[in-house]
Amino acid sequence: MSAAAELSKADDRELVSFRVGGQDFCVDIMSVREIRGWTPATVLPHAPSYILGVINLRGAVVPIVDLAARMGLEPIRPDARHVIVICVVDNQTVGFLVDAVSDILSVKRSLIQPTPAVSSDVTRAFFEGVIAIDQRMLRLIDIEAVLPPIAARQERA
Amino acid sequence: MLTILAIDDSRTIREMLRETLRNAGFDVHVAVDGLDGLEKLHDIAPDVIITDINMPRLDGFGVIEAVRAGTSHAALPILVLTTESAPDLKERARKSGATGWIVKPFDDAKLVSAIKRIAAH
Amino acid sequence: MSSSIDIRQTFFQECEELLEALDDGLNALAAASEDGSVDSETVNAVFRAVHSIKGGAAAFGLESLVRFAHQFETALDAMRSGKLVATPDIVRVFLRSADYLADLIASARDEVPPTSSAGPDLMERLAQLVPSNGARMPAQPAPATPAPTTVSDADDLGFQPLALAFDFAPEPASPAGFTIRFAATKQLYGNGNDPVHMFRALAELGALESLADSSALPPLDQMDWATPYLTWELVLQTSESQHSVHEIFEFVDGLCSLEIRELQADAEPDRDQMIAEAADFSTPTPTVTDRPPAEPAASGPARAASGKSAAQSAGQKGSVRVDLELVDRLINIVGELVINQAVLAQCVQDAGIGAQSDVGAGLDEFRNLARELQENVMAIRAQSVKPLFQRMARIVREASDIAGKTVDFVTEGDAVEVDKTVIERLVDPLTHIIRNAVDHGLESAAARQTAGKPAAGRICLSAAHRSGRVLIEVSDDGAGINRPKVRQIAIDKGLIAADAVLTDSEIDKLLFLPGFSTAPKVTDLSGRGVGMDVVRSAIQSLGGRVNISSTPGKGTTMSISLPLTLAVLDGMVVDVAGQTMVVPITAIIETLRPAASDIHPVAGAGKVVAVREKFVPIIDLAETFGHRPTSPDYSNMVLLLVESGQNERWALAVDRIHDQRQVVIKGLESNYGHVPGVAAATILGDGKIALIIDPDETAQRKRPQAAFAPALMTEEV
Repeated sequence: MSAAAELSKADDRELVSFRVGGQDFCVDIMSVREIRGWTPATVLPHAPSYILGVINLRGAVVPIVDLAARMGLEPIRPDARHVIVICVVDNQTVGFLVDAVSDILSVKRSLIQPTPAVSSDVTRAFFEGVIAIDQRMLRLIDIEAVLPPIAARQERA
Repeated sequence: MLTILAIDDSRTIREMLRETLRNAGFDVHVAVDGLDGLEKLHDIAPDVIITDINMPRLDGFGVIEAVRAGTSHAALPILVLTTESAPDLKERARKSGATGWIVKPFDDAKLVSAIKRIAAH
Repeated sequence: MSSSIDIRQTFFQECEELLEALDDGLNALAAASEDGSVDSETVNAVFRAVHSIKGGAAAFGLESLVRFAHQFETALDAMRSGKLVATPDIVRVFLRSADYLADLIASARDEVPPTSSAGPDLMERLAQLVPSNGARMPAQPAPATPAPTTVSDADDLGFQPLALAFDFAPEPASPAGFTIRFAATKQLYGNGNDPVHMFRALAELGALESLADSSALPPLDQMDWATPYLTWELVLQTSESQHSVHEIFEFVDGLCSLEIRELQADAEPDRDQMIAEAADFSTPTPTVTDRPPAEPAASGPARAASGKSAAQSAGQKGSVRVDLELVDRLINIVGELVINQAVLAQCVQDAGIGAQSDVGAGLDEFRNLARELQENVMAIRAQSVKPLFQRMARIVREASDIAGKTVDFVTEGDAVEVDKTVIERLVDPLTHIIRNAVDHGLESAAARQTAGKPAAGRICLSAAHRSGRVLIEVSDDGAGINRPKVRQIAIDKGLIAADAVLTDSEIDKLLFLPGFSTAPKVTDLSGRGVGMDVVRSAIQSLGGRVNISSTPGKGTTMSISLPLTLAVLDGMVVDVAGQTMVVPITAIIETLRPAASDIHPVAGAGKVVAVREKFVPIIDLAETFGHRPTSPDYSNMVLLLVESGQNERWALAVDRIHDQRQVVIKGLESNYGHVPGVAAATILGDGKIALIIDPDETAQRKRPQAAFAPALMTEEV
């Protein structure tokens, strides 16, 4: 985003909201590349339980994270009704499996509240904050924090 | 627009010539050695040739002699590129029929002004 | 500005090529110097390479590079002109100079100091090679001159330096202008000059009036069309210096009679004298001035660049240079095409359309074309190993210098082509192997002579295609691996039990264990904190294997087997507990359907299968990858017999073999990371992803307890 655009939008954030395990979450629209239906993934050995495997996204091998499992909720049993939100952060492409995408909304920065201290520190690190909208609570996910750690990269560095 | 055929076996020098001459508004073609230059001469029909001296297959003097001995481009202005400016170089270049010379590493402005002194622009 | 950076990159790229040509030429020269069959074109080519490096370096103001290249070039020029005879000793100095030149280029490119300190010594040696009485030689070598580009050029022309007379030296303060008398000679036109262009250039300096004196024109019937008869009188009103005016006539100096006077002066020049001067242009008249020689290098490369030089020039072999990224994109797209073809074929099959139908035949043709296209696109990335081998020749020279050993370095199969990335990633492991061969492989000259061998050791580096892979071998004719010593070191380091029973080949493989080094003290050469284990893992990460074999007293050979490309591989598509996986065919020795009686448990630690009286440990892939608990019965499964880089064998148990096919390799690393036991992924005909197994890593991780000795020693990190 250009500096000027940044300035004019400084007060607003565009977010994509979705439902996972009966709760509302959202991510910054800047990191969302596309939204697609569920396709069966190829299982990765020795992977954490929240990694469902990898799918073929137009020739790229993209890992799929069960966002529910990642958040400590009941793992999703994926079927055709589920949706994958493809995100790109730092050139790493990852798909997040969610129950359904709800909306795209524009939220004033000032409305983003710090994450309440109810959850464990680990889980809390997944969120940038929470937003109250229409008597719902939207949990704003910090994509980088929920990305699966790239083990080999750290090993090889 | 002036069309220039630049002959040099060094890719670096070729690219420098190409860039400098393009920026000066010339139409630039390059050849990688003397023979290549002579082969392209007919198709390109340049207004000026710029040639290196020391090249494989056919050197710069060979290019000049061949051009001057031919019929269609005998009076073509030819600039010689050399790494040194020295009086007897000029003599030798001149005796072989060179129109002028440019000393490498060349200065962009000097190169362009040298071309203007030998060709219509 | 970016374009100048582009050209700088071009220069360093070109330097690589020139260094290659230089090495080629010097090696040919080295061979020819032995029997005195030096041919002048070889010397010329070597000279040209150094000359071009110097020329480019001067353009970028790389002074130390220019200075050394100049000295080198001067010595080569002496050889070119027959003043210096190519002896093996002299060629050795040239080879070392070429190495140093390469070092200087790398240092200029990376903007770091040169790693070698050989410069001053080589400069002196090169200077000594040049006959001091040679009148053709520049009066002063470069070091004495502050600006390197002003040194006399010994290449283009032989000449004696002449003092230049500048008779306009102190410039009078801003004259009002000049009167110029100018008469051309025939030669002026013959050389392609035309007064009209010069006059136009003059007009750019100020207001110009010109008057043609046609009094010398003969009657029409006596006129020679090629002889100029006109004399011009020009009045230029300008504030420019006389030097600027002279500069315009620079090229015709001596081809014309020219007189330039300040506007105030109105002395009439003697017409007859002018004509006389014009008749003999080869004797410059005293009134004709010259411009100063070349500017110092500092002002030379002040290149005001703008715009982008996009076009690439044609190379000498009729090749084009292509951005690697473009090639990789092409390879990816072609990979997609191949996958797409497979998807289509599957759809057609699922739709119940037979292979005999037109659609089936068309798809077959499609597959063949896609495959052919893919092979050709892959070939774009292929490069000959020659530059790599030349680099190794430099390593040998450097290493043998330090070790004080004389080494004959021989290469074979320089023209063998391998994927560019494979070549790049081979540099480090191969450097290490070569250094090892010089340092540890070869004995000292004295020891060699005692053993009845020639004093000079021999190292051979070869490349060859072997059944779809590239085999690279480094062999020396040294003493071979000192097995008792290796064994003792392994025991001392606690790598093996003191009473371990090892075969010769197992002892040799100890060298690949992490941290192993046979040198009693870490030498300057091979030490450097890396062991052969690093070499092995580097090769393995390329999908390669490394092997060692040695004969006491005769020498050691390291063999590296590599895939031709990192983009595709031939795989066996198998079913592992419902998951489709791919095993690289190169790893598979054979497939077995074992009888229940061939399979034996080894206590509680796993099972082995008897293959021609040898017991091979079984690795159950489904269990290894966590798809299900270990299978109670392997007799209804298929075993893939694989061999690791260390000649160890395992049997990989899979449920079923589907197919054999070439698959496009897709990395997992960028989006996910390394998966243990998995080399990469691929996309199958149905669009699903299948994992490609890394048999070696799988075996390392799942090493059955029953494996033989070396297996016990490898410590997994």
